[in-house]
Amino acid sequence: MAHTFLLEIGLEEMPAHVVTPAIKQLVKRTADYLKEQRVAYDDIKPFSTPRRLAIQISGLADKQEDISESVKGPAKKIAQDADGNWTKAAIGFTRGQGLTPDDITFKEIKGTEYVYVDKFIAGEPVAAVLAGLKDIVTAMTFPTMMKWGTHHFEYIRPIRWIVALLDADVIPFSILDVTTGRNTRGHRFLGTDVDIATAADYEADLTAQFVIADADKRKALIKSQIEKIATDNNWTVTIDGGLLEEVNNLVEWPTAFAGSFDEKYLTIPEEVLITSMRDHQRFFYARNAEGKLLPNFISVRNGNDHDLQNVVAGNEKVLTARLEDAMFFYTEDQKKSIADYVERLKSVSFHDKISTMAEKMDRVKAIVGVLAKHLHLNDTQTQAALRASEIYKFDLVTGMVGEFAELQGVMGEKYALLAGEDPAVAQAIREHYEPISANGDLPESVPGAVLALADKFDSILTFFAAGMIPSGSNDPYALRRQAIGIVRIVTDQQWSLPIADLAQAFITAEADAKVAPQLDQASQIDAVIGFVKDRIRKILRSAKQRHDIIDAVTNSSSSDVLRIFTAADILASHADDANFKAVIESLTRVIRLAQKAPAELATATVDTDLFENDSEGALHQGVAEVATAADKTLADLYAALADIQPTIAAYFEATMVMDKNDAVRNNRLTELSGLARLTLKLGDLDQLIVK
Amino acid sequence: MTEKLSMQAIILKLQQYWSAQGCMLMQAYDTEKGAGTMSPYTFLRAIGPEPWNAAYVEPSRRPADGRYGENPNRLYQHHQFQVVMKPSPDNIQELYLNSLKELGINPLEHDIRFVEDNWENPSMGCAGVGWEVWLDGMEITQFTYFQVVGGMAVDPVTSEVTYGLERLASYVQDVNSVFDLEWADGVKYGDIFKEPEYEHSKYSFEESNQDMLLRHFNEYEDEAKKQIANGLVHPAYDYILKCSHTFNLLDARGAVSVTERAGYLSRIRNMARAVARAFVNERKKRGFPLIKDEALRTKLLADDEEAKK
Repeated sequence: MAHTFLLEIGLEEMPAHVVTPAIKQLVKRTADYLKEQRVAYDDIKPFSTPRRLAIQISGLADKQEDISESVKGPAKKIAQDADGNWTKAAIGFTRGQGLTPDDITFKEIKGTEYVYVDKFIAGEPVAAVLAGLKDIVTAMTFPTMMKWGTHHFEYIRPIRWIVALLDADVIPFSILDVTTGRNTRGHRFLGTDVDIATAADYEADLTAQFVIADADKRKALIKSQIEKIATDNNWTVTIDGGLLEEVNNLVEWPTAFAGSFDEKYLTIPEEVLITSMRDHQRFFYARNAEGKLLPNFISVRNGNDHDLQNVVAGNEKVLTARLEDAMFFYTEDQKKSIADYVERLKSVSFHDKISTMAEKMDRVKAIVGVLAKHLHLNDTQTQAALRASEIYKFDLVTGMVGEFAELQGVMGEKYALLAGEDPAVAQAIREHYEPISANGDLPESVPGAVLALADKFDSILTFFAAGMIPSGSNDPYALRRQAIGIVRIVTDQQWSLPIADLAQAFITAEADAKVAPQLDQASQIDAVIGFVKDRIRKILRSAKQRHDIIDAVTNSSSSDVLRIFTAADILASHADDANFKAVIESLTRVIRLAQKAPAELATATVDTDLFENDSEGALHQGVAEVATAADKTLADLYAALADIQPTIAAYFEATMVMDKNDAVRNNRLTELSGLARLTLKLGDLDQLIVK
Repeated sequence: MTEKLSMQAIILKLQQYWSAQGCMLMQAYDTEKGAGTMSPYTFLRAIGPEPWNAAYVEPSRRPADGRYGENPNRLYQHHQFQVVMKPSPDNIQELYLNSLKELGINPLEHDIRFVEDNWENPSMGCAGVGWEVWLDGMEITQFTYFQVVGGMAVDPVTSEVTYGLERLASYVQDVNSVFDLEWADGVKYGDIFKEPEYEHSKYSFEESNQDMLLRHFNEYEDEAKKQIANGLVHPAYDYILKCSHTFNLLDARGAVSVTERAGYLSRIRNMARAVARAFVNERKKRGFPLIKDEALRTKLLADDEEAKK
């Protein structure tokens, strides 16, 4: 007959973000264990709350499947002596299998006879197997582990009780001083301890004790309660999935309730109100039909609606205290001018080994100037970006950002608008932090994108120059994220930015403006380009680009992010062309021969008088065409390279490059080096794998 | 809530309650400190194998949090009610929740939650795992199982319950400003503390003698190190507390740059680590007298002999 088994691990309150991954882990470990133990079952149903991780296994078999297997022993000649008597080896082997020599049969394998026995292992009763779940429970891993009491064992939180029931029977085992039983705990305040009669009763027994153990049901209930409040009040409430998940794992018996705050706080920027409600208090916020934020919130109590007014009043009071603080900062902050704040940035450190924040802004202004010119921004865009660069960190010293650090940039935009700055300037201030995460939003405005790039270039260059280069998992200033930001902004805006030249121009501009840091930035340009290219590799890899194409394009002579991505796209789009293999093989041959060219040929020019056959003239003409194409687009360059493949093939057919005559040989190597340099604009094609 | 307990009534109730749970009622320690955790009755006693159950009020100074007595919730000095129990009892959460009932807070009339908050005090080499306890959305208690103290893994584990008395009392008395709290019948919190709040804020932010503070920090550090070397754990620890408070004053004055800050914190941490080790050594020499289980005591001291070989 099929059995039902219940395992419940009772814990002190787990962190909300741990609950869901933990129950998934428990289900997986249990499923793996039952499979390994040859125990059949229908389903493992998970249950989880802040205080419990539980599984209910239904349709469990009575016992493990039996095993019949044939076990190979020693060769016959070792198993029997000359007289046909069993040797010690044979007797030992059969004893090891729990059998006797009477059970031996022989089988021939590749001409040699071997001893075999048929072994039968009767499956253990399921109860014995389930007792082994102890090791599954103790093997669980969590992001934070702790010890408690006098124990040395570590777990997510102290284990306080364990229920292990096979139908109506307790499966006995102990973890530390906790022994399994049938007694579980109800809701901390509304429920009582209760004995579970049989494993199948679990969910109903807990519901009677004010615990909704099924996390999905609990979440659906919270959602419907919130929606009902919203509907009753004509509010629009967007239920943030992350917040719902967190709230769900903070409660066992949810009761949603609405609260409000004084309308006067609505003059505070909405972002501040939302941060206070959502991030600090775990409230859902409400809007009206027109999308305007309302002075109301919805929260969820871990309990029923008894004396709910106390809970409402308490939560309103806490929120009001936070908003009162925010209101104070908002009013106080506006009493000072942006110039006052910028002045204060002179005593705020960007980094002790680099400069103050004010000096950073000076450098970024110089960089913005270079970028604006390079990108041919119009006057309006240039003025906005330059003005923004003069003030863009000012909000760091406002009271509001001191209190709500996550609102840096956001408050900068608000305060800049209030101070009468151009909206484009204000927007750039907010956008310069973007992207905030690897996949976060990118600046939408051109001044914002330029300021974001300038800020990131300055951070990476100065930190590198100050010797604080990320290594391994050590990247305390998030320079990798900033480099990814540069790559994403440039590709999003489709801006061509040769980093090598521009970085030099930044340094010169800083020196001209007398704002250069006391650091050797120039020596770090190559390292910074390598650093950015590493990020490009990572991005291309996650975009599932071919590895050899990634290697080829990131080893190109270009430091222009956009060109590198374009090159990857071009190579990928031609990789299936019929002539791709031939094209790349010809060019690879050119590249490898070019590597034999002596260094002094780097500046040499081809002397057509030294040509000895027509194919040389043809190639010379072809290389000139490639050079012209290389000045257009990368697509043109590839097309030209593909076009001259027959010319190259004919050339190698007719020409012995490594001629004995020095002048002839060097002339030919000069030609090939020129062509090889042109291919490098696309990528190091030698890295491509063509089959 | 039927009655509104005064601050001192809250303290008395908590003392009575925790004393009934087996805690010794200690007094506030007489050296300036930022939190009850830094009292030797927590920091030192959390280290080593001896059991320890104590409860006390700790006035805690945080110069940078001073607001000239103008902010209703921020204070230069606030009061913590600290409970430490080692080893952590299996029912410590229930004991805590019952203490709230003693204060007239019936959980059925409120929403009480344990929200993850892992505590860390890097300057003292301390880390723990636990929660902040929310009462109707307000954080009223920090609840921690210490894991590392003074850089040493703890064994057994101490549970620490820290009530923010002003917060709790604001809730119990339903006032919006701490200065309106009743400390005792007819005497408001503000009557007692508003003036010192203003003066300490003025002093910490504007008037403190930076050169003197810097000099004191160095002198206190020298003295702490010397006394650690002499095995005089408690005088050494007093000087570490003085270093910590002096640093906090310098920090509030804006006299410490970002890098210097890390340097000061690491100097304090090094002393905290050293004094933690010295404390255990001294307790061992005395034979871990607080361990009443003779067999365990003998075993721990024998382990020590083993370790020496």
